[in-house]
Amino acid sequence: MIESIFNADFLASAIRIAIPLMLAGLGGVFSERSGVINIGLEGMMLTSAFIAIAATNFSNNPWIGIICALMVGILLGLIHAIVTVTFKANQIVSGVAINLFASGITVFLSWLWFQETQIMAVERLPIWGFAIPQSGEASSLIRSLIVIFAHHSPMVYLAFIIIILSHIIIFKTPFGLRLRSVGEYPQAADTLGVNVINMRYIAVMISGALAGLAGSFLSLEQAHFFVKEMSGGRGFIALAAMIFGKWTPFGTAGAALLFGIGEALAIRLQGIFTIPVQFINMVPYLLAIFVLVGAIGRASAPRADGIPYEKEII
Amino acid sequence: MKQKSNPFLYFLEKITPLIAIIGALLIGSVVILLIGEDPIQVYKMMFVLAIGNLDGWGNVLFRATPLIFTGLAVAFAFRCGLFNIGGEGQVYVGAFLAAYVGFTFTNLPSIILIPLTIAAAAAGGALWAFVPGLLKAKTGVHEVIVTIMMNWIATSLTFYLVLVYKAPPTEEMKAAGVQQMIPHTSEIAEAARLPRISTILSSLNIQLPAHNPLNVSFFIAIAAAFLVYYILWKTSLGYEIRAVGYNQTASEYAGINIAKNIILAMLISGALAGLVGTNEVMGYKFRWRQELFTNLGFNGIAVALLGKNHPFGVVLAAILFGILSYGGALVNIFTGGKIPRELIMVIQAVIVILVVVADEVAKRFILRRKSES
Amino acid sequence: MAEYLLEMKNISKHFPLVKANDRVNFSVKKGEIHALVGENGAGKSTLMSILYGLYQADEGEIFIDGKKVNITNPNKAIELNIGMVHQHFMLVPPLTIAENVILGREPRKNYFFVDKQKAAQEIKDLSEKFNFKINPWVKIEDVSVGIQQRVEIIKVLYRGAEILILDEPTAVLTPQEVDELFRMLESLKEQGKTIIFITHKLNEVMAVSDQVTVMRNGKVVGTMKTADTNTSEIANMMVGREVLLETKKEEQKAGKVVLKLENINILNQHKFPILKDINLTIKEGEILGIAGVEGNGQTELVEAITGLRPVSSGKIFLYEKDTTNLKPRKIRELSVAHIPEDRRKRGIISEYSVAENLILGFHYRSPFTRGLSLNFPAINQHARQLISDYDIRPPDKDNLLKSLSGGNQQKVIVAREFYGEPILLVASQPTRGLDVGSIEFVHRQLLQARGKGKAILLVSAELDEILSLSDKIAVIYEGQIIEVINAEKVDIKRLGLLMTGAGTSQRKEIPKKDIEGKTEERYLKNEAKK
Repeated sequence: MIESIFNADFLASAIRIAIPLMLAGLGGVFSERSGVINIGLEGMMLTSAFIAIAATNFSNNPWIGIICALMVGILLGLIHAIVTVTFKANQIVSGVAINLFASGITVFLSWLWFQETQIMAVERLPIWGFAIPQSGEASSLIRSLIVIFAHHSPMVYLAFIIIILSHIIIFKTPFGLRLRSVGEYPQAADTLGVNVINMRYIAVMISGALAGLAGSFLSLEQAHFFVKEMSGGRGFIALAAMIFGKWTPFGTAGAALLFGIGEALAIRLQGIFTIPVQFINMVPYLLAIFVLVGAIGRASAPRADGIPYEKEII
Repeated sequence: MKQKSNPFLYFLEKITPLIAIIGALLIGSVVILLIGEDPIQVYKMMFVLAIGNLDGWGNVLFRATPLIFTGLAVAFAFRCGLFNIGGEGQVYVGAFLAAYVGFTFTNLPSIILIPLTIAAAAAGGALWAFVPGLLKAKTGVHEVIVTIMMNWIATSLTFYLVLVYKAPPTEEMKAAGVQQMIPHTSEIAEAARLPRISTILSSLNIQLPAHNPLNVSFFIAIAAAFLVYYILWKTSLGYEIRAVGYNQTASEYAGINIAKNIILAMLISGALAGLVGTNEVMGYKFRWRQELFTNLGFNGIAVALLGKNHPFGVVLAAILFGILSYGGALVNIFTGGKIPRELIMVIQAVIVILVVVADEVAKRFILRRKSES
Repeated sequence: MAEYLLEMKNISKHFPLVKANDRVNFSVKKGEIHALVGENGAGKSTLMSILYGLYQADEGEIFIDGKKVNITNPNKAIELNIGMVHQHFMLVPPLTIAENVILGREPRKNYFFVDKQKAAQEIKDLSEKFNFKINPWVKIEDVSVGIQQRVEIIKVLYRGAEILILDEPTAVLTPQEVDELFRMLESLKEQGKTIIFITHKLNEVMAVSDQVTVMRNGKVVGTMKTADTNTSEIANMMVGREVLLETKKEEQKAGKVVLKLENINILNQHKFPILKDINLTIKEGEILGIAGVEGNGQTELVEAITGLRPVSSGKIFLYEKDTTNLKPRKIRELSVAHIPEDRRKRGIISEYSVAENLILGFHYRSPFTRGLSLNFPAINQHARQLISDYDIRPPDKDNLLKSLSGGNQQKVIVAREFYGEPILLVASQPTRGLDVGSIEFVHRQLLQARGKGKAILLVSAELDEILSLSDKIAVIYEGQIIEVINAEKVDIKRLGLLMTGAGTSQRKEIPKKDIEGKTEERYLKNEAKK
């Protein structure tokens, strides 16, 4: 029974479930490392998920769909930055507003453009990598390796490249050093001539871009359709992954994978035991709460996280 | 800050919500223009249809009622420094529990069953808010993520429960051999139902169409607003809750039990959200039905912000949202679906952003003016 | 070359609610140490922040070496070789010393990456040149305050600073660290650097500066050669009137023991001792002063007594009653009052009105609460009474506390804490950030309370305050009471030594603050990695 659950296909599906969480979680890492809480990730994902499908269907080209989703993510990130960094409004409120906006605008536009709220994708990205060998063509080990590592949408490979790049950017480059200092102690960074406002704008827009990619993966690659509210709280689960991952790219990706495994496992178990589907659906959310409780005391958020930067002391 | 000296600045600070509303309607009119309609016509239609007659007012207040509850819920928690963005889940659980009590204890008289059902609604919401409150108070886990997760858990849980307590098929359905389209429970007992305002008014010889859904729950919501005001500003409990919201370390110093106040604030907040069940279950549909609510919890946040987290502001903001929501639905029908009703959600989101931005701008402007004078 | 390296002419700066600089003229010659003195709020820090480009002056001009300059941001200041060491260290705790130094001016390799090796080498070179002894690989959060200050100075030197601004650099240092800092400043001066030294401690002015400028209420009162003046002249210029540097204290006999601490130990979350075997007693009519450099356990001691922090072992008695680990509310109900060290953090709720703040901690008791409801007539009557008794200004009970000056906020706290007729008063940094008038007010209140037979625990970073008010002085160092001295027989030099743990051999070894050792260990580890 164990083998029937923990096999290569299981891991591959766990990875695919984890990808949007990884990307959005990384978005959270960039934003919060700069000192801006972004609970608008959820809405950014949802809007991008819709735009990805819409643009793909208009252009018959999924790559254009992804690029449009990316741009929309950046745009929503920009709005979040304007509201929270320039106007110093409450970051959680701004995030909530973005989520509310996303719920409205996606359904609004799908009525307007498609006259329905569930839209199938007309195109999808090709699978890159090796074909999965038929039984007998190759050893089961090689088959497993291909299934897990080398038979995916290009976005899966892209996601892993982004994780590694994020680690390098945050911990090895001047940009990353400045990013971390701005999120920990913006006054100190400011006295050394680091432009706190610019850094936060860039970070929040990167965050939006990553949420945009996450959203496009969700609709184009995972579901192959858009339906209202399809992000289903993943933006918040991604934040839980970020916290569990101690605000580091590798940690966040690892935690996201944990969620992927949890959800994939729940789906498998459903086939074995008779558990009502509703309880299976609860698993990721329950897992997120447990993970948050488990993360207590392991690491703390960047010290200036959530605090608008005020230059003049009033 | 007291602004007795300068009435203009005092005024400016108070009218930021109005500025936000006007700004949002302007942005909405750009959208309407893009669709190719005349914004003035659309807005006019919206307001005339919504509040041009008594029936419209009834519908508007009916739609405002749940928003008052969820708006109060958000505002109350906010006064304790907590973001209860889990109103949605608390509404689900509260309303389901109300329905359960209503269709289970069918042989109780009204005088017992109505208070019991109301209490069930409040208790369900409180129960659902207790988990994030407890986790926040005892472990410091941020309530924002937990309340959202509790929303999704509540959705699944009530979906499971509604299948367990599904109403038996009616004779017609049996004859036609069909199933319930959207699963729902049996109806609650007659004795658990809240009277419609139309029946009350007709005894006063005022005509409100019998189908008008406005019911006594609206008055429960108004009473709740007064109660919230009383608790927050007139009791030592409210003094402590607000103290914790403003400054936790000073509260600790003053001997205020922070964990207790956080949990209490979440319980009261959740109970307020749960009371939505009085409107939807006890006063309107008389049963739990999956997909009864759309975004009530989140709209409650918008209402609370627009009402500046003050109970009376919440009531006004909820009525405005009631107008937008009912007017938006009618416009959608009267324009043959040309203008999707989700436009209203977009406008609401824009209001939220503008109100917080306008608040910050006004705050800075006032400070600057004060320093100059 | 111009006569002055730096000239600031007619500088004015307004903030909401205050005029921080009012047509200030300030000039500094090359290669001198120039002290800028004044009370808190006199405008020293604002003036220097303008020079460093953190704030923009509303009017006025700045000249460097005779050339007019426009310093719009810190980058401009750095380009003009101006460096600033801030009063609150501008260091990012989880980053290493090297990362903190290079931030904003990172050496690169392969264009994209930070060249950490090169950064470390440059820092080593600089610290050798000025004899600073710094290991660039250690995180800021792991080093002592003295080392952090060296990092701050290295930071500005790394940016090629010729003019160094030091904002109250001695506030957090031990007397020994202060001596070391002064030696460093002398060596910087020898290398031709110009130093502006902001302080309000007059003995430091005399010890280290060549020239001194005095500010008061946002204006410059005068500039003179340090050699041509003395402390009392400067003091008079600072406050604008004769000051009594001594507080008169009545002879008094102490009564029964009020507070007794027996073998108090507190561990932090890493099971590391913060307080070790504390034994103290305070009697009726007695002020016990706690002397020590900040961060040696004073905060924890106060929090343990007032119930804000649990003790790991030991007993606390109030008269005969065991109050160990009681909740803060219970302890308050036993008539223990507490003036907290951080006013904004603990003492007040700035969004509450004066009236509401005056009942904080008493709010749930009669007469302020009846049943569940607040009793507003009683609350307002109480507020009017205390506002007039303590001369709180402006005298409006409905003002929000955030609109009051620091001195009046402190008066609100003092008024409230004295209201309950406490038997024990714990006063922590009771005069921090106050003007001279308010300081005198608070001192008078404390002595009056002593006269009424109350027991007072006084914790202060101002040694003068401790010396002038206390009957007994307990010296705290690294979480231990080193010695309790009768205030009349105190030898200030010896007190200074005790505060740094150098004056006695009784001290047991504590593993933690062995920072140099820890540094060494990590350093070796890092070297080994390469």
